[in-house]
Amino acid sequence: MTYVITGESGDWEVVVGLEVHAQVISRAKLFSGAAADFGGAPNDHVSLVDAAMPGMLPVINWVCVEQAVRTGLGLKAQINTHSVFERKNYFYADLPQGYQISQFEEPIVGEGTVVLDMADGSERRIGIERLHMEQDAGKSMHDQDPSRTFVDLNRSGVCLMEIVSKPDIRSPEEAGAYVRKLRSILRYLGTCDGNMEEGSLRADVNVSVRPVGSDELRTRAEIKNVNSVRFVMQAIEHEAERQIDVYEAGGEVIQETRHYDANAGTTRASRAKEFAHDYRYFPDPDLLPVVLTDDEVAAIKAALPELPDEKRERFIADYGLSTYDAVVLVAERETADFFEAVAKGRDGKQAANWISNELFGALNKLDLDITDSPISAEALGKLLDLIAADTISGRAAKAVFQAMLDAPGSDPVAIVAEKGLTQITDTGAIEAAVDQVIADNPEQAQDVRDGNDKAIGWFTGQVMQATKGKANPKAVNDLLRAKLRG
Amino acid sequence: MSALIDLTIAAAAAGLDAGDFSAEELTQAHLDAMAAAGDLNCFITETPELALDRARASDARRKAGDGRGAMDGIPIAMKDLFCTEGVLTTAASHILDGFTPTYESTVSAKLRDAGAVMTGKTNLDEFAMGSSNTTSYYGPVKNPWTRADGKDLVPGGSSGGSASAVAARLAMGATGTDTGGSIRQPASLTGIVGAKPTYGRCSRWGIVAFASSLDQAGPLTRTVEDAAIMLGAMAGHDPKDSTSAPVAVPDFRVACAGDVKGLKVGIPAEYTLDGMPDEITRLWEQGRAWLEEQGAVTRPISLPHTKYALPAYYIVAPAEASSNLARYDGVRFGLRVPGDSLDEMYENTRGEGFGTEVQRRVLIGTYVLSAGYYDAYYRKAQRVRTRILDDFTSAFQDVDVLLMPTAPNAAFAMDEKQDDPVQMYLNDIFTVPANMAGLPGISVPAALDKDGLPLGLQIVAPAFDEETMFRAASAIERAAGFDHVPARLGGES
Amino acid sequence: MSLGPDDVRKIAYLARIRVAEADLAPLAEELTGIIGWVEQLAEVDTDGIAPMTSVVAMEPTRRDDVVNDGGDPDRVLANAPDRVDSFYAVPKVVE
Ligand SMILES: [Mg+2]
Ligand SMILES: [Zn+2]
Repeated sequence: MTYVITGESGDWEVVVGLEVHAQVISRAKLFSGAAADFGGAPNDHVSLVDAAMPGMLPVINWVCVEQAVRTGLGLKAQINTHSVFERKNYFYADLPQGYQISQFEEPIVGEGTVVLDMADGSERRIGIERLHMEQDAGKSMHDQDPSRTFVDLNRSGVCLMEIVSKPDIRSPEEAGAYVRKLRSILRYLGTCDGNMEEGSLRADVNVSVRPVGSDELRTRAEIKNVNSVRFVMQAIEHEAERQIDVYEAGGEVIQETRHYDANAGTTRASRAKEFAHDYRYFPDPDLLPVVLTDDEVAAIKAALPELPDEKRERFIADYGLSTYDAVVLVAERETADFFEAVAKGRDGKQAANWISNELFGALNKLDLDITDSPISAEALGKLLDLIAADTISGRAAKAVFQAMLDAPGSDPVAIVAEKGLTQITDTGAIEAAVDQVIADNPEQAQDVRDGNDKAIGWFTGQVMQATKGKANPKAVNDLLRAKLRG
Repeated sequence: MSALIDLTIAAAAAGLDAGDFSAEELTQAHLDAMAAAGDLNCFITETPELALDRARASDARRKAGDGRGAMDGIPIAMKDLFCTEGVLTTAASHILDGFTPTYESTVSAKLRDAGAVMTGKTNLDEFAMGSSNTTSYYGPVKNPWTRADGKDLVPGGSSGGSASAVAARLAMGATGTDTGGSIRQPASLTGIVGAKPTYGRCSRWGIVAFASSLDQAGPLTRTVEDAAIMLGAMAGHDPKDSTSAPVAVPDFRVACAGDVKGLKVGIPAEYTLDGMPDEITRLWEQGRAWLEEQGAVTRPISLPHTKYALPAYYIVAPAEASSNLARYDGVRFGLRVPGDSLDEMYENTRGEGFGTEVQRRVLIGTYVLSAGYYDAYYRKAQRVRTRILDDFTSAFQDVDVLLMPTAPNAAFAMDEKQDDPVQMYLNDIFTVPANMAGLPGISVPAALDKDGLPLGLQIVAPAFDEETMFRAASAIERAAGFDHVPARLGGES
Repeated sequence: MSLGPDDVRKIAYLARIRVAEADLAPLAEELTGIIGWVEQLAEVDTDGIAPMTSVVAMEPTRRDDVVNDGGDPDRVLANAPDRVDSFYAVPKVVE
């Protein structure tokens, strides 16, 4: 599982830390009453405060504070009941105030942990350094006009959480797993929708390399605003290779901001002058410190939903799932809820199999999310009930499942009745069919009597064919054994 | 009718209620006075039509029995730092060229809703940075008071246009803002009353920001009672300002009628300055005697960190200003001076749009916040500020209010004191400590100096105890009996 | 602390204020004077003293999560020196 890059001078490893910007789910912006949702006509979701008109003042949206606390608790992190908003000063066209209101010395959330479930079944714990709240910037469009940049402030002032990991990540795979797990936790908590295409979740990736066996932290490069899990992984690969090349050519890596170019498969340095970055942070005098009581934090904690790690353990304990199945089923809250609706009072393993194999396969083909599944959890449950009650055979069940997919919302009981798929449970009728097949195939019957088990399977198949699949295979098998071996 | 402009707000309100004259007549009298006093340069923008419309509306309300109280129909001037919907708002800066807000500041809206009649936007030091009203892009304001040498005198600043307008009877009251003394110091230099309430008493929403942790709006009027009336209409919690205090607004006017028997008045030893005119020291002594004669108990107290308030202020205020003024970037409002790149456009716009003093303070503020200097300057200044507040807090365990001079000098000529910025900053040495501690303070005109120029005395009270401040100020006012008027208005000097 | 012309050039760029080359030296001298004067604060013993964060103790307003603003682009664009449709326009930024 260790990720080692073999260079000319020897083996190297990567040291990666991620700063993930997650847009908080709220109706209004962090410091104004304008809408926070994605989209909208240009400058439509903009108040006088967001446009930084003279004399305008920020007032905090308390739901954003609660969302940050909720997220901190979900990351098993320290909650700071006293935190401070500061101004990060710099000039840019889409930063109307000339500063970003952010948290610096005193963030609302301190150290925490994210547990990664790796593909080989191992666990990795990635430290969280901090989480702080800040304003998003607006959007600059450079390609609309030959000589001008257009500015839309709709996103200006939307609440972001910046979640900073410790430099604990050692491979592109771990980085991918980290982003996926973080996204899963945020979605469980309902604090961020995790939509990377719309930019609700984006990552700044800090990458450095070092010779395997060393524990130094070398100069890192920060790759800004990477907006998919795949690109995060690719950017780390390319950046690590670039840095190793630099070191092996006798050079030094410089601390800088870079951008990942997915088309070229490279990172490139950004043009901004480095000395320009002196952000002159100081506490925002328009705002008071954010103060929470212990009771307020406790109330948020008490209302937290069950999170993926706890749910995974419970699924293993209560439903007898394998770790692998449990990890797959809890990744998305909707999937876990679907599973649980099917599994409750039924065979959990069987439910997991049907969802992981049949349902996921079908949804994949149809390009649908589980929330848009043509087969509801209730309907799938009914199908499993039909199997459990021996009303239909496993083979018939697959046919019923296909029919349910074809007719969204359909009832498996009705399909079974309509297609006449009910198993023959009348032993007399099965016995007659068995007798007939034995009579028709004396040589094979003798094989069975001589101890050939394979031949029993062949007989079972013949009987099933003769009954058009409606006979209960177990009953057929029992009868064959009784007649030929008894 | 010329007597109309000499009335106090309280007397005018009574006259309006009695039907002795109309708000329209009262307003017209002030508009006429404004037209005749163009040389003072008190106004950046005059709004006569708007004023007459509002005056007529006020008359209609009174007639219908819907009068809104003492401010209804009273002509007032608005410092051009308050954003006013549909009316040019400049902060006396080139950089706000043509800026016409689509919104009304909370304080000006409260005054409007109380029926006050805005006659125009008054001149000020650019972005309220100054103590002489000489840094305005729209030219300096003249003090209506004069001295024998005939030189043009400054009205103080930054609310110099408001102060001169009230002193010259162009308005019955005017709004000001006070970051380091910008209400009290010009009030002292123009012989009127200026009150800065507790930080958080008046909303800052819609006031062009200078230094957020220090800025407070307040009234400039000719009597303490008028200041109490006008502040009552300006104050109150505003959910749009996080630093606005959710506390009830008492009837300040009632407080003015109270006596000072048994009031404990602290005389802070540190409020003296090398080279301060003896007259000011004597006036301070006189003020102490006036209060004692009315039954107050005075005692010396110490505010040991007083001398550090001004240097700490000149770190904190420029630091906040450097950030607050970043939004003047030529993108969304005001002046834009073109450039080949975004950065060049910024540099050109801000280089041309900001005047010398504003640039100086933005640069100082940028410097004291920059990497490597933050702890030595900004953080240190905020620690000193805590010590200054602690000084006041312990003093107020022993006394109810403090008495000190408002300013270390009377009005000076426009060409004096302009060479050395630090010399100029010393104008605010007695007013800045109250801003640093967020405390209410008021300047009351008390006497004329040897040149026949007014001098004020200052009362500082504990946070949110403006009532005691007004009570003590009224006692000074009664004893001083200051009834001088500038020579141009027929005064004796 | 003494500031030189290069310090002023750097600060002026951070503040995005165009200062003519000839003004750098006199400005440096002036700022040095002011900074020198404020440095008297070093005399004050502030060991263990917390920097002031809010001058008057008060409970901050907690805004409800309600959309009650925006939806009027002309209100925020009314004073724009340059606009195209409902966008602000600035000199082209090369990233
Ligand atoms: Mg970052
Ligand atoms: Zn960030």
